[in-house]
Amino acid sequence: MMPNLNVSNAVVAVLCAALIMLPVYSAASGNIFILTLFTRIVIFALAAASLNLIMGYGGMMSFGHAAYLGIGGYAVGILAAEGIGSGFIQWPVALIVSALFALVIGALSLRTRGVYFIMITLAFAQMAYYVATSLSRYGADDGLTIYKRSDFAGLINLSNRTQFYYLCLACLFGGIYLIWRIVNSRFGLVVQGVRSNEQRMQAIGFHANRYRLVCFVISGTICGLAGALLANNTDFVSPAGMYWTRSGELMVMVVLGGMGSLFGPVIGAIAFLLLEELLSQFTEYWALIMGPLLLLIVLFARGGIMGLLGRFNRA
Amino acid sequence: MFLVVEQLLNGLQFGLLLFLLAAGLTLVFGIMDFVNLAHGSLYMMGAYFAATFAAWTGSFVLGALLALVATLLLGIALEFVALKHLYGRDHLDQVLATFGLILFFNDAVRLIWGPAGLALPLPAWLTVPVQIIPGVFYPAYRLLIIGVALAVAAGLYVVVMRTRIGMLIRAGASNREMIGALGINIKLLFTLVFGLGAALAGLAGLMQAPILTVQIGMGENILILAFVIIVIGGIGSIRGAFMAAIFVGMIDTLGRAFLPDLLRKVLSGAAASTAAPALSSMLIYLLMAIILVVRPEGLFPAAKR
Repeated sequence: MMPNLNVSNAVVAVLCAALIMLPVYSAASGNIFILTLFTRIVIFALAAASLNLIMGYGGMMSFGHAAYLGIGGYAVGILAAEGIGSGFIQWPVALIVSALFALVIGALSLRTRGVYFIMITLAFAQMAYYVATSLSRYGADDGLTIYKRSDFAGLINLSNRTQFYYLCLACLFGGIYLIWRIVNSRFGLVVQGVRSNEQRMQAIGFHANRYRLVCFVISGTICGLAGALLANNTDFVSPAGMYWTRSGELMVMVVLGGMGSLFGPVIGAIAFLLLEELLSQFTEYWALIMGPLLLLIVLFARGGIMGLLGRFNRA
Repeated sequence: MFLVVEQLLNGLQFGLLLFLLAAGLTLVFGIMDFVNLAHGSLYMMGAYFAATFAAWTGSFVLGALLALVATLLLGIALEFVALKHLYGRDHLDQVLATFGLILFFNDAVRLIWGPAGLALPLPAWLTVPVQIIPGVFYPAYRLLIIGVALAVAAGLYVVVMRTRIGMLIRAGASNREMIGALGINIKLLFTLVFGLGAALAGLAGLMQAPILTVQIGMGENILILAFVIIVIGGIGSIRGAFMAAIFVGMIDTLGRAFLPDLLRKVLSGAAASTAAPALSSMLIYLLMAIILVVRPEGLFPAAKR
């Protein structure tokens, strides 16, 4: 299917081109900061995209997605601390542990709906946070420094800024492609059907919660990958990175960009983190502005940035 | 034995404090269908107000009373300016908007009071230990907390179950549209309930303040415990919140106090000292998981929705 030529698609296309060309600009202008900033943004975009899969398409408002960022990160960090530096081991472990955690808390949380679901995912993520703070062998509260980034046997060098950026970007595009395929598959249609009318889907004969759970696990796994990337980016994992405010920030990115649109979370992550960066250059108390801004966005700009762009499509 | 009594009292005190916080949260949710993450910020503001007013007036009691009034007014102002526009909106919208408020309050506190915590010193007459049973001494201030919280809980029970306002509150919790249709001024009722919830949160914060330091983010961890409590107790149910709060307070306190020793009997010393803190902080979440499996709607659901 050929995508329509409209405003939002054009913006997305320009954005993707800009993300791909960014290292070229960075090298030409000697601006290294922008590359490190956007590496971080791309990683958070991947995490937000994974959250969007369950929030936007599945209707599951998870308030605990930071847990997977932490779990993916700790998988890399702990293995590195134990002398296993190979990314071929670290990364699959990060994905598997994230998937298992998602399976367990998903199976429990999906017994509930609505606000209960929000609170329970929040509580389980906080539990993961407390477990991380009590890992005395791995730095406990202070976190764990990763002295050597994941080693991919000469295939790719993660310590090279440009290569690492392209790896993150490839993961982001790969993740979005996967989500796109999922959303348009039979499985994805069932999940979206369950979101809009669970009883009807049950009546047709779909086991709604099984579909939901699988979707939840896929989302957690993708977010675990983002966690492994983030740990390599900062060379550090700490419980602070999986605190519940981080989960809140991911939710904000999804809603700000446009929930239930494929590239919305990417735009949301870029907008949120750039805004945070700008405000914190302007004042130390950036949250003093960000907080009320969030309130205003919720009150007046439903549908996020993608929703606003969508209005131009019809014009 | 004495240690057990002391820890039981600690658990009760913590549980009652959690109840004050959870009661406001569950009332606001039950009646207005509103999820207020900023409830923890009101708890924090209560503590900061108390520390400031106590320093100004030089009296702990006067400071506490002024702080209570200030939190009540802050809650009503917050409802009037921002939150009332969010009633009837999606829960996700409410979560995000109140998340924004938490960011705001944390930085506002940092701007006004600075990043370092405050201390709220107790007057001398509250620092003396009291002999509760022969040989067992317990801090007078903690006894005061237990007393005040029990009195508030009883007062809340009387208000909710025995007065006209309480009848409206209960009616609102079971069917909002209907009491509106019957000619009750819902907006006023909502503001009232929100103010009440804010005052309860402020009370919990100012009473906890002398025990812990008054610091930024103090409301967040305890807010999540309050969430656990209302999930366990059943959203909208005051009785459920009370039972669950005592339960959670006890389990959390006793777990932290006795689990390390218990584990040391089963496991080797090193393994026990690693596992104990992790396990004791997980304990209430495990409890919540079990209750969810057995009764997804909580132990004492307020009404069938």
